[in-house]
Amino acid sequence: MRGKRVTFPGIAVPALLLAPQLAITIIFFVWPAFQSLRGALFQQDAFGLGENFVGLDNFTKLFGDPAYAASFGLTLVFAFATTALCMALALLFAALADGVVKGAAIYKSLLTWPYAVAPAIAGVLWWFLFNPTIGLFARGLNALGIEWNHYLNGGQALTLVIIASAWKQVSYSFLFFLAGLQTIPKSLLEAASLDGADGFTRFRKIVLPLLMPTTFFLAVTNLVYAFCDTFGVIHATTAGGPGTATTTLIYKIYQDGFEALDLGSSAAQSVVLMAVVGSLTLIQFRYIERNIHY
Amino acid sequence: MAATRFRPAKVASHAVLIVGSTLMVLPVYMAFVASTHDLSRSLTGLPLWPGPQIIDNYRLLLGEGMRSFGLPPIGPMLLNSLIVALAITFGKIAISLLSAFAITYFQFPFRVLAFWVIFATLMLPVEVRILPTYEVVASFGLLDSYTGLSLPLIASATATFLFRQVFMTVPDELTEAARIDGAGPLRFLWWVLIPMSRTNIAALFVITFVYGWNQYLWPLLMTKDTAYYTVIMGIQRLARASDFQPQWHLVMATVILALLPPVIVVAVMQKQFVKGLFETEK
Repeated sequence: MRGKRVTFPGIAVPALLLAPQLAITIIFFVWPAFQSLRGALFQQDAFGLGENFVGLDNFTKLFGDPAYAASFGLTLVFAFATTALCMALALLFAALADGVVKGAAIYKSLLTWPYAVAPAIAGVLWWFLFNPTIGLFARGLNALGIEWNHYLNGGQALTLVIIASAWKQVSYSFLFFLAGLQTIPKSLLEAASLDGADGFTRFRKIVLPLLMPTTFFLAVTNLVYAFCDTFGVIHATTAGGPGTATTTLIYKIYQDGFEALDLGSSAAQSVVLMAVVGSLTLIQFRYIERNIHY
Repeated sequence: MAATRFRPAKVASHAVLIVGSTLMVLPVYMAFVASTHDLSRSLTGLPLWPGPQIIDNYRLLLGEGMRSFGLPPIGPMLLNSLIVALAITFGKIAISLLSAFAITYFQFPFRVLAFWVIFATLMLPVEVRILPTYEVVASFGLLDSYTGLSLPLIASATATFLFRQVFMTVPDELTEAARIDGAGPLRFLWWVLIPMSRTNIAALFVITFVYGWNQYLWPLLMTKDTAYYTVIMGIQRLARASDFQPQWHLVMATVILALLPPVIVVAVMQKQFVKGLFETEK
């Protein structure tokens, strides 16, 4: 990591300047992460009175547990569906908003502002629209002959949290796609147009390849969002149910740790999720760095 | 190209954008509508336009609230959210400016190690270390306190890296001039670097305020005492208060009040918001 060529002398001053951030990082990030790792190797009783070293037992048990496998599979479906839905809509809106002149500013504002809405609130908003007896959308679906009840139907509950999670995140991807589109030279598109390429071909052959870095970046960001930040969406609406239909990994960590007080298992689950999220972040960071250097 | 010529592709573009914009607005609009009718209208079929109960509902919410359900009043929850969001925002900006300054403008042992410790926060979101972080905060006696709600969230690698990048673009001649004039490092930070980072600070303010205001899991773990509830986590309690149907008119009025502050900040500081969004992702 580079620093400045011209620097100030001294060790005490930079140490003091770094102290607040390092202290908070070590106390609230590094130490707890280390504790997660340690906790995963021990079996604690529910009252925290004693613990025995159990090695990798918590992990072996975890990977042998069909409930955990189900939650893992469910989380993958949830994360990829949320990411795909959100990015497809964002790309569609960005490509169209980039092409229109009239009303462009209004569209951009309207498509951008949900960024400020908390995931938990996004959840409650859609929970209301899909309320089986009074929700606007649920009644619409009922009128079409589709019986909607996410309190009983697990698939519908999952659909509900996917929609709410994706809705909240569309604006983020929209802004990045829009910025990506604006860096594409118009001369390139005009040249293709003169060569007889129609709008769809231009999009597929020129725009899409040039948007690949943005797409990759957004895919990773949205997956991390779906793995972690959607806790609020689920906790405020379906609470993991019905049954375990919307118990994603993050919700299960919370449930097992804070409600069932199965601390060893919860810690092991934390370590697994940490590994998943950590590697996604690393991949992304390396990728961005490469992009900057080229 | 004649702009006025009728083109089906243009019409289709506008149609899709209108549908998209509607989808982005509709959930909040319906929440607003529900907050302006009495509960029975929500239960029997909500009209698509606002009703006459708006003043009564919001007055009820801000006054009595849902106390009859054993829930805390809304006003203090909104205030808690504001205190916590501002504490996180100013705390994060302050400690990131200091640490970025240290790793950019000084040569000292363990500089690279410090950089990596800060970097580690990127990979450890609160969600993946829930229990042990809770235990650390509890062992400091910080449960049910503003410090516990904000302090653990103010360390951020992204903000530090952002300021480091800004500082790297500051010409070395300025530093040399400052040193010749006998200005110490803190003077240089205060009088040169911070003024030069004004727009970046504003951008970070918007992003961090939204982040702080919208916290959910953390206050959920940190607070047992309802006096420290923030409004975002409080909504879940409100929505679940009744076994039968939620008090939709009051829940939705809370939703509107809870989403207004961050939405207003983003709307008023739109330029800084977009700048912040792109900068914090580098």
